[in-house]
Amino acid sequence: MGATAKERNVNWGSLDNFLAMGGYGFYVWGSYAMAVLCISLEVFFLKRSMKKTNQ
Amino acid sequence: MNSDLFRFAAPQAFFPVAGKLIPWFSVLAGVLALAGLYIAFFVAPTDHQQGESYRIIFIHVPAAWMSMFIYLVMAGWAGMGLALNTRLSGMMASALAPTGAMFTFLALWTGALWGKPTWGTWWVWDARLTSELVLLFLYLGFIALKGAIADPVHADRAGAVLALLGAVNIPIIYFSVQWWNTLHQGSSINLMAAPTMAATMLMGMLVMALAAWMYSIAAALCRVRSIILERERDAAWVQLQRNAT
Repeated sequence: MGATAKERNVNWGSLDNFLAMGGYGFYVWGSYAMAVLCISLEVFFLKRSMKKTNQ
Repeated sequence: MNSDLFRFAAPQAFFPVAGKLIPWFSVLAGVLALAGLYIAFFVAPTDHQQGESYRIIFIHVPAAWMSMFIYLVMAGWAGMGLALNTRLSGMMASALAPTGAMFTFLALWTGALWGKPTWGTWWVWDARLTSELVLLFLYLGFIALKGAIADPVHADRAGAVLALLGAVNIPIIYFSVQWWNTLHQGSSINLMAAPTMAATMLMGMLVMALAAWMYSIAAALCRVRSIILERERDAAWVQLQRNAT
């Protein structure tokens, strides 16, 4: 708290560091990957059902 | 009573309105999600206790909020359908359930992936986690029950009773961290107290939550359109709609 966003800006340094997430890569990316998968699946099924009902 | 408002309570009038709103909410959801992810990974600082693992919060908390909020809205529509016998209410409740179930699953999944590095375990049978799992079963039960009853009017009624009974679970989830001793940390945001987290973390969480809201509205509107067409397929206006496209 207190410091502004700019002062605290995260600097990952390299892509490897970014992907490693300080050793928590599996947990962090496992969470985001499942979120992307779930939302993609829902969007896919919504689009498919819209097409079906429009026929 | 405002008759203009009630006009849109008819599925036939609501159908085109929903269609016009979907692109707006979809675009808003996309823009907010990109902004939220940027804050989550490039602005919010490393947590001094949990390191980078805390970045799961930007998915976990919005998903958990949506899981509870969508249930309340769903139960609200269901209750309105029971009380007023409006056709659209039951359809709205059905349209919300899969998205609510999806966010509940995500809250549990991300919670497990966060629990392992922080608590040393994927799962514990404590009050917060168990009541959230019950919420998932309530959503799935609601979907299964409605799917099992062929007559839509009966399905709406039975679903509404289940949804309303299950609403008791929502305050249990929300207050579980205060009522019982639990591994789960307390609320991330307390309206009565100053925020305990960095302003940028809070901002990322709120922007992601807003994105989840917009996404949920778009998904529910999209699904309700399919449900309307399905249920009213024999109505004259649907036939006209079909012929027009």
